[in-house]
Amino acid sequence: MTLLITVFAAVFATAKWYNRKDDSLNLAPLCFMFWGASLMWLADAIFEYMELGADYFTPALEDMVNDAYLGLSVVALALVVWLVILLVKDPQGTVRAALRKGKAN
Amino acid sequence: MACFLVPAAEAAVVTIAAHSLELAEQKKAQRLTLSGDHTALAEENPLPWSRKLKWLTYLLWGGVLLLAFEHVWHGEVTPWFPFLTAAANPADMVEMFQEMATVGVTMAVIVTAVWGVLVACASLLLKRSDRAELAR
Repeated sequence: MTLLITVFAAVFATAKWYNRKDDSLNLAPLCFMFWGASLMWLADAIFEYMELGADYFTPALEDMVNDAYLGLSVVALALVVWLVILLVKDPQGTVRAALRKGKAN
Repeated sequence: MACFLVPAAEAAVVTIAAHSLELAEQKKAQRLTLSGDHTALAEENPLPWSRKLKWLTYLLWGGVLLLAFEHVWHGEVTPWFPFLTAAANPADMVEMFQEMATVGVTMAVIVTAVWGVLVACASLLLKRSDRAELAR
Protein backbone atom coordinates (compact mmCIF):
# COMPACT_ATOMS: atom_id res chain seq x y z
CA MET A 1 0.00 0.00 0.00
CA THR A 2 2.87 2.39 0.83
CA LEU A 3 4.46 1.57 -2.55
CA LEU A 4 1.17 2.10 -4.36
CA ILE A 5 0.49 5.48 -2.71
CA THR A 6 4.06 6.66 -3.42
CA VAL A 7 3.83 5.56 -7.08
CA PHE A 8 0.55 7.48 -7.48
CA ALA A 9 2.20 10.54 -5.88
CA ALA A 10 5.22 10.16 -8.23
CA VAL A 11 3.01 9.89 -11.32
CA PHE A 12 0.91 12.90 -10.27
CA ALA A 13 3.99 15.05 -9.48
CA THR A 14 5.65 14.09 -12.79
CA ALA A 15 2.48 14.87 -14.79
CA LYS A 16 2.29 18.25 -13.04
CA TRP A 17 6.03 18.85 -13.81
CA TYR A 18 5.45 17.98 -17.49
CA ASN A 19 2.48 20.35 -17.69
CA ARG A 20 4.32 23.25 -15.99
CA LYS A 21 4.39 26.69 -17.59
CA ASP A 22 7.63 27.70 -15.86
CA ASP A 23 9.93 26.43 -13.09
CA SER A 24 8.34 28.61 -10.42
CA LEU A 25 7.06 25.60 -8.45
CA ASN A 26 10.42 23.75 -8.57
CA LEU A 27 8.66 20.38 -8.91
CA ALA A 28 11.73 18.36 -9.97
CA PRO A 29 12.94 17.59 -6.40
CA LEU A 30 9.46 16.32 -5.49
CA CYS A 31 9.38 14.02 -8.55
CA PHE A 32 12.85 12.65 -7.79
CA MET A 33 11.96 12.11 -4.13
CA PHE A 34 8.80 10.13 -4.94
CA TRP A 35 10.42 8.10 -7.74
CA GLY A 36 13.50 7.31 -5.60
CA ALA A 37 11.32 6.05 -2.74
CA SER A 38 9.04 4.13 -5.14
CA LEU A 39 12.00 2.30 -6.69
CA MET A 40 13.44 1.45 -3.29
CA TRP A 41 10.10 0.12 -2.04
CA LEU A 42 9.80 -1.84 -5.28
CA ALA A 43 13.04 -3.65 -4.37
CA ASP A 44 11.59 -4.29 -0.91
CA ALA A 45 8.36 -5.60 -2.51
CA ILE A 46 10.31 -7.98 -4.78
CA PHE A 47 12.01 -9.58 -1.78
CA GLU A 48 8.75 -9.76 0.16
CA TYR A 49 7.06 -11.39 -2.84
CA MET A 50 9.88 -13.94 -3.08
CA GLU A 51 9.33 -14.77 0.59
CA LEU A 52 5.51 -14.77 0.74
CA GLY A 53 4.50 -15.67 -2.80
CA ALA A 54 0.91 -14.90 -3.76
CA ASP A 55 0.10 -14.08 -0.10
CA TYR A 56 1.90 -10.80 -0.67
CA PHE A 57 -1.14 -9.57 -2.62
CA THR A 58 -3.66 -10.46 0.11
CA PRO A 59 -2.52 -8.55 3.18
CA ALA A 60 -4.51 -8.45 6.41
CA LEU A 61 -6.84 -5.47 6.73
CA GLU A 62 -4.96 -4.10 9.76
CA ASP A 63 -1.63 -4.22 7.87
CA MET A 64 -3.23 -2.55 4.87
CA VAL A 65 -4.66 0.31 6.94
CA ASN A 66 -1.33 0.81 8.73
CA ASP A 67 0.55 0.79 5.40
CA ALA A 68 -1.92 3.27 3.89
CA TYR A 69 -1.49 5.54 6.93
CA LEU A 70 2.30 5.25 6.50
CA GLY A 71 2.00 5.99 2.76
CA LEU A 72 -0.01 9.15 3.38
CA SER A 73 2.46 10.25 6.08
CA VAL A 74 5.34 9.69 3.63
CA VAL A 75 3.57 11.84 1.02
CA ALA A 76 2.98 14.55 3.65
CA LEU A 77 6.68 14.48 4.67
CA ALA A 78 7.81 14.71 1.03
CA LEU A 79 5.46 17.66 0.42
CA VAL A 80 6.80 19.47 3.50
CA VAL A 81 10.42 18.89 2.36
CA TRP A 82 9.52 20.16 -1.13
CA LEU A 83 7.83 23.26 0.33
CA VAL A 84 10.90 24.05 2.45
CA ILE A 85 13.15 23.70 -0.65
CA LEU A 86 10.75 25.95 -2.61
CA LEU A 87 10.70 28.65 0.08
CA VAL A 88 14.48 28.55 0.53
CA LYS A 89 15.22 28.64 -3.23
CA ASP A 90 12.39 31.14 -3.77
CA PRO A 91 12.51 31.02 -7.61
CA GLN A 92 9.88 33.74 -8.05
CA GLY A 93 11.33 35.97 -5.32
CA THR A 94 8.00 35.97 -3.45
CA VAL A 95 9.55 35.41 -0.01
CA ARG A 96 12.23 38.07 -0.60
CA ALA A 97 9.60 40.53 -1.83
CA ALA A 98 7.42 39.85 1.22
CA LEU A 99 10.41 40.34 3.55
CA ARG A 100 11.35 43.63 1.85
CA LYS A 101 7.74 44.81 2.05
CA GLY A 102 7.70 44.03 5.77
CA LYS A 103 10.92 46.00 6.24
CA ALA A 104 9.46 49.03 4.48
CA ASN A 105 6.39 49.09 6.75
CA MET B 1 16.12 -3.05 9.22
CA ALA B 2 18.78 -0.78 7.75
CA CYS B 3 18.58 -1.48 4.01
CA PHE B 4 18.41 2.26 3.23
CA LEU B 5 22.01 2.68 4.45
CA VAL B 6 23.35 1.13 1.21
CA PRO B 7 21.69 3.69 -1.12
CA ALA B 8 22.63 6.38 1.46
CA ALA B 9 26.31 5.42 1.13
CA GLU B 10 25.99 5.49 -2.68
CA ALA B 11 24.26 8.89 -2.45
CA ALA B 12 27.16 10.31 -0.40
CA VAL B 13 29.75 9.09 -2.93
CA VAL B 14 27.73 10.34 -5.93
CA THR B 15 27.17 13.76 -4.27
CA ILE B 16 30.93 14.24 -3.84
CA ALA B 17 31.54 13.10 -7.44
CA ALA B 18 28.85 15.44 -8.81
CA HIS B 19 30.28 18.43 -6.91
CA SER B 20 33.86 17.83 -8.03
CA LEU B 21 32.71 17.29 -11.63
CA GLU B 22 30.69 20.50 -11.52
CA LEU B 23 33.75 22.41 -10.31
CA ALA B 24 35.87 20.91 -13.12
CA GLU B 25 33.21 21.85 -15.71
CA GLN B 26 32.99 25.41 -14.36
CA LYS B 27 36.79 25.77 -14.56
CA LYS B 28 36.76 24.47 -18.14
CA ALA B 29 34.02 26.94 -19.14
CA GLN B 30 35.97 29.79 -17.49
CA ARG B 31 39.13 28.78 -19.38
CA LEU B 32 37.22 28.74 -22.69
CA THR B 33 35.69 32.17 -21.97
CA LEU B 34 39.10 33.65 -21.12
CA SER B 35 40.71 32.15 -24.23
CA GLY B 36 37.86 33.56 -26.35
CA ASP B 37 37.19 30.17 -27.96
CA HIS B 38 33.55 30.85 -28.80
CA THR B 39 33.11 27.80 -31.05
CA ALA B 40 34.19 25.46 -28.26
CA LEU B 41 31.91 27.32 -25.84
CA ALA B 42 28.96 26.98 -28.20
CA GLU B 43 29.67 23.27 -28.57
CA GLU B 44 29.58 22.78 -24.80
CA ASN B 45 27.33 19.90 -23.79
CA PRO B 46 23.90 21.24 -22.76
CA LEU B 47 23.49 18.19 -20.51
CA PRO B 48 26.79 17.91 -18.61
CA TRP B 49 27.65 14.88 -16.47
CA SER B 50 27.45 16.91 -13.28
CA ARG B 51 23.74 17.58 -14.02
CA LYS B 52 23.11 13.92 -14.83
CA LEU B 53 24.80 12.87 -11.59
CA LYS B 54 22.68 15.39 -9.68
CA TRP B 55 19.56 13.57 -10.88
CA LEU B 56 20.96 10.39 -9.34
CA THR B 57 21.72 12.17 -6.04
CA TYR B 58 18.16 13.55 -5.91
CA LEU B 59 16.72 10.07 -6.58
CA LEU B 60 18.94 8.46 -3.93
CA TRP B 61 18.66 11.13 -1.18
CA GLY B 62 14.91 11.48 -1.76
CA GLY B 63 14.37 7.74 -1.49
CA VAL B 64 16.69 7.45 1.52
CA LEU B 65 14.85 10.23 3.37
CA LEU B 66 11.42 8.64 2.89
CA LEU B 67 12.72 5.15 3.68
CA ALA B 68 14.43 6.40 6.84
CA PHE B 69 11.05 7.79 7.90
CA GLU B 70 9.47 4.39 7.26
CA HIS B 71 12.14 2.76 9.45
CA VAL B 72 11.42 5.24 12.26
CA TRP B 73 7.70 4.41 11.83
CA HIS B 74 8.43 0.71 12.29
CA GLY B 75 10.71 1.34 15.25
CA GLU B 76 13.82 0.09 13.44
CA VAL B 77 15.60 3.45 13.71
CA THR B 78 15.70 5.37 17.00
CA PRO B 79 16.95 8.88 17.83
CA TRP B 80 19.24 7.46 20.56
CA PHE B 81 22.40 5.29 20.43
CA PRO B 82 22.95 2.85 18.69
CA PHE B 83 20.24 4.41 16.42
CA LEU B 84 19.45 1.05 14.80
CA THR B 85 17.48 -1.29 17.06
CA ALA B 86 19.04 -4.27 15.26
CA ALA B 87 22.50 -3.11 16.37
CA ALA B 88 21.59 -3.81 20.01
CA ASN B 89 22.27 -7.56 19.82
CA PRO B 90 24.61 -9.67 17.62
CA ALA B 91 21.90 -12.02 16.28
CA ASP B 92 19.86 -9.11 14.93
CA MET B 93 23.03 -7.53 13.56
CA VAL B 94 23.72 -10.57 11.37
CA GLU B 95 20.18 -10.36 9.99
CA MET B 96 20.61 -6.61 9.44
CA PHE B 97 23.82 -7.06 7.44
CA GLN B 98 22.17 -9.82 5.43
CA GLU B 99 19.28 -7.49 4.60
CA MET B 100 21.69 -4.70 3.66
CA ALA B 101 23.56 -7.07 1.34
CA THR B 102 20.40 -8.28 -0.40
CA VAL B 103 17.58 -5.70 -0.24
CA GLY B 104 19.86 -2.67 0.20
CA VAL B 105 22.13 -3.56 -2.72
CA THR B 106 19.10 -4.34 -4.92
CA MET B 107 17.63 -0.91 -4.07
CA ALA B 108 20.86 0.83 -5.08
CA VAL B 109 21.11 -1.24 -8.29
CA ILE B 110 17.48 -0.60 -9.33
CA VAL B 111 17.73 3.17 -8.72
CA THR B 112 21.05 3.37 -10.60
CA ALA B 113 19.71 1.27 -13.50
CA VAL B 114 16.59 3.45 -13.84
CA TRP B 115 18.82 6.57 -13.71
CA GLY B 116 20.94 5.03 -16.49
CA VAL B 117 17.84 4.58 -18.66
CA LEU B 118 16.77 8.16 -17.85
CA VAL B 119 20.19 9.53 -18.90
CA ALA B 120 20.17 7.47 -22.12
CA CYS B 121 16.66 8.69 -23.01
CA ALA B 122 17.54 12.33 -22.21
CA SER B 123 20.69 12.17 -24.39
CA LEU B 124 18.72 10.57 -27.22
CA LEU B 125 15.99 13.23 -27.02
CA LEU B 126 18.60 16.01 -27.08
CA LYS B 127 20.38 14.49 -30.09
CA ARG B 128 17.05 14.12 -31.91
CA SER B 129 16.06 17.75 -31.26
CA ASP B 130 19.55 18.92 -32.38
CA ARG B 131 19.17 16.96 -35.63
CA ALA B 132 15.69 18.40 -36.19
CA GLU B 133 17.04 21.92 -35.65
CA LEU B 134 19.89 21.33 -38.10
CA ALA B 135 17.46 20.00 -40.72
CA ARG B 136 15.43 23.27 -40.53
